[in-house]
Amino acid sequence: MKSLLKFITCGSVDDGKSTLIGHMLYDAKLIFADQQKALELDSKIGSRGGEIDYSLLLDGLMAEREQGITIDVAYRYFTTEQRSFIVADTPGHEEYTRNMAVGASFADLAVILVDATQGMLVQTKRHVRICSLMGIRHFVFAVNKMDLVKYDRSVFDAIEQDISKFLSEFRAESLKVIPVSATEGDNITQKSDFMAWYSGETLLKYLEEIEIADYSDGQEFLMPVSRVSRPNYAFRGFQGQIESGELHVGDSVQILPSRETACVTEIYAADKKVPSACAGAPITVSLDREVDISRGCVLGRDAAVEVTNLFTAEVLWMDDKQLISGRNYWIKIGTKMLPASVLKIKYKIDVNTGEHIPAEIACKNELVVCDLILSEKCAVCEFEKSRALGGFILIDRVSHMTCGCGVVLHTLRRSNNLVWQETDITKAIRAEQKNQKPRTIWFTGLSGSGKSTLANELEKKLVALGRHTMLLDGDNIRMGLNRNLGFKESDRVENIRRIAEVAKLMNDAGLIVLTAFISPYGKDRKKARDIIGEDFFEIYVSTPLEECERRDVKGLYKKARNGEIPNFTGITSVYETPENPELTIDTSSRDMEEAVETILRALGEL
Amino acid sequence: MRELTHLEQLEAEAIYIMREVAAECEKPVMLYSIGKDSSVMLHLALKAFYPEKPPFPFLHIDTTWKFKEMIEFRDKTAEKLGIEMLTYTNRDGVEQGINPFDHGSSYTDIMKTQALKQALDKYGFDAAFGGGRRDEEKSRAKERIFSFRNAQHAWDPKNQRPEMWKLYNTKINKGESIRIFPLSNWTEKDIWQYILQEKIEIVPLYFAKERPVVYRDGNIIMVDDDRMKLNPGEEIVSKKVRFRTLGCYPLTGACESDADTLESIIEETLSAVTSERTSRVIDHEAAGSMERRKREGYF
Repeated sequence: MKSLLKFITCGSVDDGKSTLIGHMLYDAKLIFADQQKALELDSKIGSRGGEIDYSLLLDGLMAEREQGITIDVAYRYFTTEQRSFIVADTPGHEEYTRNMAVGASFADLAVILVDATQGMLVQTKRHVRICSLMGIRHFVFAVNKMDLVKYDRSVFDAIEQDISKFLSEFRAESLKVIPVSATEGDNITQKSDFMAWYSGETLLKYLEEIEIADYSDGQEFLMPVSRVSRPNYAFRGFQGQIESGELHVGDSVQILPSRETACVTEIYAADKKVPSACAGAPITVSLDREVDISRGCVLGRDAAVEVTNLFTAEVLWMDDKQLISGRNYWIKIGTKMLPASVLKIKYKIDVNTGEHIPAEIACKNELVVCDLILSEKCAVCEFEKSRALGGFILIDRVSHMTCGCGVVLHTLRRSNNLVWQETDITKAIRAEQKNQKPRTIWFTGLSGSGKSTLANELEKKLVALGRHTMLLDGDNIRMGLNRNLGFKESDRVENIRRIAEVAKLMNDAGLIVLTAFISPYGKDRKKARDIIGEDFFEIYVSTPLEECERRDVKGLYKKARNGEIPNFTGITSVYETPENPELTIDTSSRDMEEAVETILRALGEL
Repeated sequence: MRELTHLEQLEAEAIYIMREVAAECEKPVMLYSIGKDSSVMLHLALKAFYPEKPPFPFLHIDTTWKFKEMIEFRDKTAEKLGIEMLTYTNRDGVEQGINPFDHGSSYTDIMKTQALKQALDKYGFDAAFGGGRRDEEKSRAKERIFSFRNAQHAWDPKNQRPEMWKLYNTKINKGESIRIFPLSNWTEKDIWQYILQEKIEIVPLYFAKERPVVYRDGNIIMVDDDRMKLNPGEEIVSKKVRFRTLGCYPLTGACESDADTLESIIEETLSAVTSERTSRVIDHEAAGSMERRKREGYF
């Protein structure tokens, strides 16, 4: 009997994936009687009328049956006389691409459905790309619904040509195209009576007979350490699964990342002491000397494995939150979990044409090529050479959702200057490090309107929320940076210009800046807005003059009224009301806490 | 070069998963239901960490309605292997007299689901192994190996974490937890063949023997103690029966069988036309009942 075959079915929505598998299991008498009974029952109460709806066999979630679609991957297990199979039936909707990718990462072969009435669709091509990304090298295309094109050979031939052409850009080791009808059962388990022109095998027969060579055949020994076992002082064992090659007692192994070497003294394959172990075996190894080994280290003999913290990878992004250069994630690669940042997104891949499109961000379900930097050096390998050390997932540091997965295309070295030029630390990276969106929150309004109090309260709140801030006000600016400026008009203009430039630098450093200056002239505020750019957020504190004068915290209004202060804004000098501030807030009619909440809501994501 | 057999591959996968959990999770526990899948899981745990003992305790949710032979087997096994076996019963439920005869599905909820949640919260376990397999039921066929639960222990089937290759994501926030199913990819046949190959001890109820039973609603229910009240017209008869799955005795149907050795059980399983869950009375409710229970925190 041949070994186990793990395969997936994929393709666009309504191409008939679940029906195909359902029919295969049904025909091959692989469904238990009670499941069959439930299936018939479900079909009757379902929306598709009295006939058996095979897809109900796989669409196991309530939401799936209600909506008549597949949301998540379903696994089915069956055995024929020739072979055991595990099939992952995957969703066709673009929205659930990540679940399709889950199935692909598990499989050795993909059965991709193509609707004969429609040919290859964008979604079909997306699925081929993802299958290839996740490591599938064997493809079967089932050109389905041949009954709807009257079993016409020319329709099939044209689609087959398209498929061959499209597949030529991927590293497929085998490709087979079969004309089928999933609902009618043509060429699924039995040869079709209507397509004498097709001389190949039925789908099931082909799957029973195909040989799939283990990709790791012939490779050197490699084992990521899952766990260090220390039941007592006498024993120290390193537990892991051999990813490739063999290990014998007496072998010398290299420990990565330290590159120290040691000799194998004992091997336990599960609970038995053995002289050697082969690829796939879960083992516990002890070594002849004390070396520093912890979880995430790798034992190996393979020179292709590098120790690095920089590499270029192709990533499938799976999260609603976009992938952004500089953002920090957890990465899991092999058995190692550590912080990592995306240094630079190089381009995204058009799923339809394969074209490289320049991109700064990646949205859900997009494929991008980017450079990643890890917080420390560890064993990394190109995915083509080692699945175990070349595939990784990215985990959101707040939600803990698995938000991306990818494969290492090639490693990068620090000495490569080109790399470092390309990957200079940018404003975005600095901001991401602080996990925030830089802003300059510019309060403007009359003296006594409440700007400074508001700015103070808002800053306290932001700091409590874990944000990194800086407050610029008259005290810290007039005493130092602007000590040489007076109050004549040209000095006032220069005062605001300098404040704006400082705020911009601080935004570049990733900080959220709050400024509290009267800044009475529209022209100057416009200039500040131009300097600071899109981070500028103007808040007009519109407390009426009477209220400001009533408060007169510093006694300035009284002095101005008495003529002791010339050019006092609101009394003897004009205040130009902002025309389009991002927010207007009057502190006479609400308390401070409420005002701060209003500002936070208006600021949105920070 | 030698290749692993099908069973060795499944074993290797389960062991890898257990080691990942032991290495990455703060406070794991292995649920132990005393059934054949639990026996396989326990056996794998012993192998996974050898020569060390499994670095986590085992937990049995005792509904007080398990077969007597199951409880004996549990205690004997724990003592023999020297493993830490915790048991937990929802005392509130017992005091309210909740039982499988009168309370139907609320019995399962109170004595199993609620009890499990209470036990996990009480000990602060953040990761719990379960013996569920994907070939058992349609909603299980959809579940990840590492299945995330929110602070209310609920499963969100529409928003499962992607699970790529064997890179399992064990990151959680305080209060959240993970259920782990190392036997996800095993079939009933694999379980039996592995039990045979490894000579794993299982509860004798799996082997056919003359037992006192009652025929009720198309199921064969064993009379395990005198709490079982007979309905009018029912009588206790002695039949040669065995169990394909074990749970609470009033909710577990037996099947008539002569299979009293592992070999004959495997033969019977291979030619079976009904899947094992048909003998679980609770699974017979409306389609989607398993999913609904899982969303509420059932294992």
